[in-house]
Amino acid sequence: MSIRIDKDKCVSCGKCTDVCPGNLIYKDKNKKAFIKYPRDCWGCTACLKECGVGAINYYLGADIGGKGGYLYTEKDKDYLYWHIVNKDGEKRVITINKKESNKY
Amino acid sequence: MKLETRKIETDILIIGGGTAGCFSALTIGENSNAKVLIVEKSNIKRSGCLAAGVNALNAYITAGETPNSFVDYVKEEFDEIIREDLVYTIAEKLNKVTEKIEKLGLPILKDEEGNYVSRGKRSIKINGENIKPILASAVEQHKNITILNRVNIIDYIVKDEKIIGAYGFSLDDNVFLVIKAKAVICATGGAAGLYKPNNPGFSRHKMWYSPFNTGAGYAMGIRAGAEMTSFEMRFIALRCKDTIAPTGTVAQGVKTPQVNSYGERYVFSYGKPTTPMRIFATIMENQNGSGPCYLKTKGIMKKTEDQLFKAYLNMAPSQTLKWIENNTGPSQENIEIEGTEPYIVGGHTASGYWVDVNRRTTLKGLYAAGDVAGGSPKKYVTGCFVEGELAGIDALKYIENVSIENISDTEIEKKKSELELFLNNSDDFYSVEELEEAMQKVMDEYAGGISSKYGYNKNKLNIALEKIDELITISRKLKANDLHELLFIYELLDRLLVCKVLIHHLKARKETRWKCYQENLDHPNKDDDNFKKYINSKYSDGKVDIIYRDLIGRDDLYEHKNR
Repeated sequence: MSIRIDKDKCVSCGKCTDVCPGNLIYKDKNKKAFIKYPRDCWGCTACLKECGVGAINYYLGADIGGKGGYLYTEKDKDYLYWHIVNKDGEKRVITINKKESNKY
Repeated sequence: MKLETRKIETDILIIGGGTAGCFSALTIGENSNAKVLIVEKSNIKRSGCLAAGVNALNAYITAGETPNSFVDYVKEEFDEIIREDLVYTIAEKLNKVTEKIEKLGLPILKDEEGNYVSRGKRSIKINGENIKPILASAVEQHKNITILNRVNIIDYIVKDEKIIGAYGFSLDDNVFLVIKAKAVICATGGAAGLYKPNNPGFSRHKMWYSPFNTGAGYAMGIRAGAEMTSFEMRFIALRCKDTIAPTGTVAQGVKTPQVNSYGERYVFSYGKPTTPMRIFATIMENQNGSGPCYLKTKGIMKKTEDQLFKAYLNMAPSQTLKWIENNTGPSQENIEIEGTEPYIVGGHTASGYWVDVNRRTTLKGLYAAGDVAGGSPKKYVTGCFVEGELAGIDALKYIENVSIENISDTEIEKKKSELELFLNNSDDFYSVEELEEAMQKVMDEYAGGISSKYGYNKNKLNIALEKIDELITISRKLKANDLHELLFIYELLDRLLVCKVLIHHLKARKETRWKCYQENLDHPNKDDDNFKKYINSKYSDGKVDIIYRDLIGRDDLYEHKNR
């Protein structure tokens, strides 16, 4: 289970390395983030929510039925935008108001 | 590699910056000027089991319910083996801590009259994706609270049977830390990763509980000689298959039943549908050839489906991703469900430190709160808040008459050399990963894991004990090339010790009290005459001694003797 980090998009801010609950994200010699132990990723997506530039995306392993789709996030003060891209590249955005409680 | 020693002093040391730890720190910060130090293995902003978020507070006294009815419910769910006094002290304060976390910024769904909307008799709906950042920023606002992130605590410092601090090491610098404190509150998580997980290979960490909660808090206490309780009451979660997303959101939120592959509602065929019984029933249906089992969602409204997509994004995004990337959703197909591997966790079941109502452990100067505190199942997030608060308030009283103790340099050097041994070991015959997988295989096959449908017998447990002891011996020769690998070694050592204690507890309960959670195949029935008791243990010189203790009622004021 893991995340992918796009080094071209990474701005070396270190936010993802700070929040990973497993301390799995490190910086390489160019100060770009990379996941050192990808097999140990819990899939909690804490890093995606911190990343302000959409450089991190999260995907399901093939062994649990993933098909190559992935998600990444954008956020502002009040909203979290979940971008979900399916295997054919089709995109869908689900917007969550941080202050609005869920119905379930 | 050599480590530099750094000494720190504080009034109260809190190990673990999760729900209980942060709430404890806040309580102390609001009621005193005492110096508090939170030491956290990762970063309190997103650490531990709430990293992704949570979408309900599952311990709350809703309209028509009372603290007494809450205790009655927990007692029935766990077939009487709970500490009623502890559960009651939690129940009394559940609503107060909920108001407090709402004031700190947690959004809670309310009806037109301004009351919280309930999801069941003891649950309310929240937007909890941000719950850890909310807690972390509240803690950061207190001047007397210091946070030390990315430090792993390995052991308490014990002097004259009193806890006077803890040893740890930094994950970033070559530093060995000696933290002296007047009181210590242990608020680390429970233990995941003892058993072979549900998913293999690349998705092995796709599990219910945070894989980074490794039982360190338990292991430290065990090594220091604290009395532990109810490790045999394991927790197994019923989850959405593969993604391990919660089922309560659908089962309680949308109110859909569990059905087998023939569409039959099977749970009631197995007796009263308690939490463990829902898993047992699912296992049995699969065994009987009626599986797979599902939550029946097919046909729910599109609007409900869209809201479920959002609800899961708030705590288990993989479930929403799986639906959308497969061009499906719960309105089009039922959700397959399964049981996870067993965990040891005091927030859901009763495993942990044997504590009194003030959450004092049997070791002087040491408190336990949240997942590491035993005896009070179903405390969940809000119960952890309450325990953090109770421990914090009592620790403040305790430190009034206590001073910081001295620790000799010889003792410090001795402990430091234990760490350096791993960093300088030349024998790297086995890797941590290999030994971890070996441990999980042993536990799965011989101590009631998924492959044995959670059951075990005495002979299997004896094999498990022998193999775990062998792994403990081998693990002392492990080699760490850097500080992160040193962390992996300590996590393995902690897990192995928790396994050892767990096996002794499983052996000691010669009955079957909770199907799946504790199912002794030598003794397939409940034995109230002999086992309406807590099974406790104490460890010394490599041996685990079992203590059978009588049940404690909600009006009993239990206090530790000889402490």
